[in-house]
Amino acid sequence: MAAHEKTPVTGAGPFNGVLTWVDQRFPLVALWKEHLSEYYAPKNFNFWYYFGSLALLVLVIQIVSGIFLTMNYKPDAHEAFASVEYIMRDVPGGWVIRYIHSTGASFFFITVYLHMVRGLMYGSYRRPRELLWLFGVVIYLALMAEAFFGYLLPWGQMSYWGAQVIVNLFGTIPFIGEPLAVWIRGDYNVSDATLNRFFALHVAALPLVIVGLVAAHIMALHEVGSNNPDGIEIKKNLDPRTGTPVDGIPFHPYYTVKDLFGASVFLLVFAVVLFFTPEMGGFFLESNNFIPADPLKTPLEIAPVWYFTPYYAILRAIPPVLNSQFPGVLVMGCAVLIFFALPWLDRGNVKSIRYRGPRWKIAFAAFVLSFCILAYFGVHPTNVWGAFPKEWPVVGGDYIAVWTARVLTIVYFFFFLGMPWYTARDRAQEKPEPMRVTW
Amino acid sequence: MKKILALAFLLPALAWAAEEGPVLDHAPVDLNDKASLQHGAAIFVNNCLSCHTASLMRYQRLEDLGLSAQQIEKNLLFTTDKIGDTMSPPLDPNVSKAAFGVVPPDLSLIARSRSPDWLYTYLRSFYHDPKSKTGWNNEVFPNVAMPNVLWEEQGTQALEVSARIDEATGDRIETRKLVLETPGRLGRVGYDRYVGDLVNYLVFMSEPAQRERKLWGIVVLFFLSAFAVVAYLLKKEYWKDVR
Repeated sequence: MAAHEKTPVTGAGPFNGVLTWVDQRFPLVALWKEHLSEYYAPKNFNFWYYFGSLALLVLVIQIVSGIFLTMNYKPDAHEAFASVEYIMRDVPGGWVIRYIHSTGASFFFITVYLHMVRGLMYGSYRRPRELLWLFGVVIYLALMAEAFFGYLLPWGQMSYWGAQVIVNLFGTIPFIGEPLAVWIRGDYNVSDATLNRFFALHVAALPLVIVGLVAAHIMALHEVGSNNPDGIEIKKNLDPRTGTPVDGIPFHPYYTVKDLFGASVFLLVFAVVLFFTPEMGGFFLESNNFIPADPLKTPLEIAPVWYFTPYYAILRAIPPVLNSQFPGVLVMGCAVLIFFALPWLDRGNVKSIRYRGPRWKIAFAAFVLSFCILAYFGVHPTNVWGAFPKEWPVVGGDYIAVWTARVLTIVYFFFFLGMPWYTARDRAQEKPEPMRVTW
Repeated sequence: MKKILALAFLLPALAWAAEEGPVLDHAPVDLNDKASLQHGAAIFVNNCLSCHTASLMRYQRLEDLGLSAQQIEKNLLFTTDKIGDTMSPPLDPNVSKAAFGVVPPDLSLIARSRSPDWLYTYLRSFYHDPKSKTGWNNEVFPNVAMPNVLWEEQGTQALEVSARIDEATGDRIETRKLVLETPGRLGRVGYDRYVGDLVNYLVFMSEPAQRERKLWGIVVLFFLSAFAVVAYLLKKEYWKDVR
């Protein structure tokens, strides 16, 4: 029996006995070693490497605060709005739970976006980490769905009309669109039936999916090992005596204490928003959402929450074809899904921005800039920059912001679709990678 | 469905235009000023609650303003209400709809859906308009169904529109100004303070926990700062042999 061959646990003082008992029936020591004390991570992680563990922290925050919210929230079109305010007013400590959850939603996207930028900068999606990247993109998609379903639940005007508009995007798909939209809503309009199913998806289905995917993401990471700001493989340079990477340090205790510090700074920022400006100037909680949903009264301005706005700007930039908005919806969908293709588009020899050639750097900078400006357009009406003079050819009388968004959409896609070309051309101008990691 | 999409794309443009409306005055909001909040609560209960509701607000919560349960029951409750009740309609919504054409909105969250500055300016921008149904109109909210309930305090205002042609550009420049016709009980400064107290109360009512929230925030920030220092020292200690 294997149980008798395992060596007893040592070093846990009075707990040695119980831990030995557990370890003989469960791979406790093996898991601890594989994922923490003997998982070797590169020692040169910088600022950008905090956001993976921080995203995990936000996931836990959202699940725990969400559980407490469901204890008092009522997924009913007649009661939902008032039940949120009941939490804010009558449930002891309810306001802090609700603000943790609403602030956490935005911070989830902040950490995930920064985590993704890190992956782009240091080539973390490249071989052998393609599957790790794919899991990450699926998490991102699931997170968008989770945020969308959750945003309906307060049943304010923005909740209602935002859901109405987004579900209608599916309705633009030719032939199957309209029945598909009805199937999603469970009604011909966003209604009580929609609220009920979105609640089910938000609190049960998608959290399960996300937790499972995060587990797969971390398992894939620990299989291939972490990338680092130099984009070189620390596993290629092993210490002949110990067989461990010379540039690696055990995740525990080194990165557990470092991430503990990162988490404390992150929570400080989180607390400033939560306690002093939970609405974040209308970006985290919109003023219109303090008006109960009214299916008969369209608000003057329907804008998605800030984390969807780059895609919303792309959607608005694409003109309708044959009176159908579907082309815009299609381009917007592709803008998200194209992240899947990334590992197979990059033909550079080096992974990290530190050693990349000039073309990649320009394309990357243009991509980040276009993403940010598109996000800015998404929160403003299309006339924000005024219109071109009437007498100009082609663009005359059109809004400047719409045409700028069109150009930026092309820049956005060029980063991906032009990548096989410009990364191959860049090879001659890449800098040599070092043998050992640098700080 | 296409209409809704079209609305979604088109309406922001209108909203932008609407936003360039009148300049809003800064509301004197101070949630630590208990006297102002108590005064505001009294104004609210005596005037606004005749037509409006605050169905998410319990009378009992006024204890946060330093009032005792007896004071609330004696001075602020309508006879039929209990102190644990919410500020619900004394008036049948259908009656007010018949009178004004709309159901007066619930005011529990009005300071969050509208801004305090908007409310402060709105309540001071009524003027006499013989063309409107109620005889009143408003510079901030044109053709609003609500009459100037507080006219006895404010007095009555009239709208003076003067126009001149800019000689350089040839554009017509319109100036709109509210002028006092008949003075009210409180005078200009007194009425500004009166409305200021009311708006202060509306801000309190929109989120009764906000003062508490900020106090907790300071405690949490102190704790997290100390925690961050300890975490930093711990990290430094562990990492001193790396490299």
